[in-house]
Amino acid sequence: MKIEEIAKLIDGEIVGAPADDSYEVKKAFASDLMSDVLRFSMEETVLITGLCNNQTMRTSEMSDLRVVIIGRDKQPDEDMLELAEEIDITLIKSKFSIFKISGILYEAGIQPLY
Amino acid sequence: MHYTFEIERGNFADAGQASSSVKRTLKQLGVAPPNIKRTVVALFEAEINAIAHAYGGTIDVDIDDGKIVMVVADQGPGIPNLDLAMQEGWSTASPQVREMGYGAGMGLPNIKKNTDELKIETEVGVGTTVTMTVYLA
Repeated sequence: MKIEEIAKLIDGEIVGAPADDSYEVKKAFASDLMSDVLRFSMEETVLITGLCNNQTMRTSEMSDLRVVIIGRDKQPDEDMLELAEEIDITLIKSKFSIFKISGILYEAGIQPLY
Repeated sequence: MHYTFEIERGNFADAGQASSSVKRTLKQLGVAPPNIKRTVVALFEAEINAIAHAYGGTIDVDIDDGKIVMVVADQGPGIPNLDLAMQEGWSTASPQVREMGYGAGMGLPNIKKNTDELKIETEVGVGTTVTMTVYLA
């Protein structure tokens, strides 16, 4: 699924690095615990999280994530947005809860990481 | 190639800069993506550990054709029980560290998983030196 399609489904707004039209998201992982994100392979995966800080960005960078959904109406600050652009990570801000975002994406065919 | 980075106690704002810099370098050198991934995940975990627990330290990274050796040396409280620290889920992280999304007790086990060799030298009240090697073959 394309990044733009995901944003539309969860009434999200794309910020940070521009969405790469050619990138296909197949799986999702929901976690506020960055320690857990670092444990898994994140290929073709979108991270859904309510943790909205620079650590979310750095963890995503090390995990080779390209797209991160920030749920629960959390607002990334300027520092975080700059970092996201610098390391080429697209953020989708959504007012929905993590559970709702996960449910919508699951129903739309996005697979769990495991 | 040799790189050195400083670690500042509690400076979470800059956490990950060293790992990010190493990642860029490895990409430029054309290192295979799976090796880049395990190298930077291990280094990032060690960097976070040092920032979270120690009073300061250094990161030294040596890259040659066959391997990457990373040494994270801190001045800090040391690890009283290394066997416990290697167990998944065991952590002494502060509430502040946990709010950042870390401190789940997965750091050292994850470093072990992602490296080919791991050596931890620690002395209570003095500090900890973590030496991680990733072979590129």
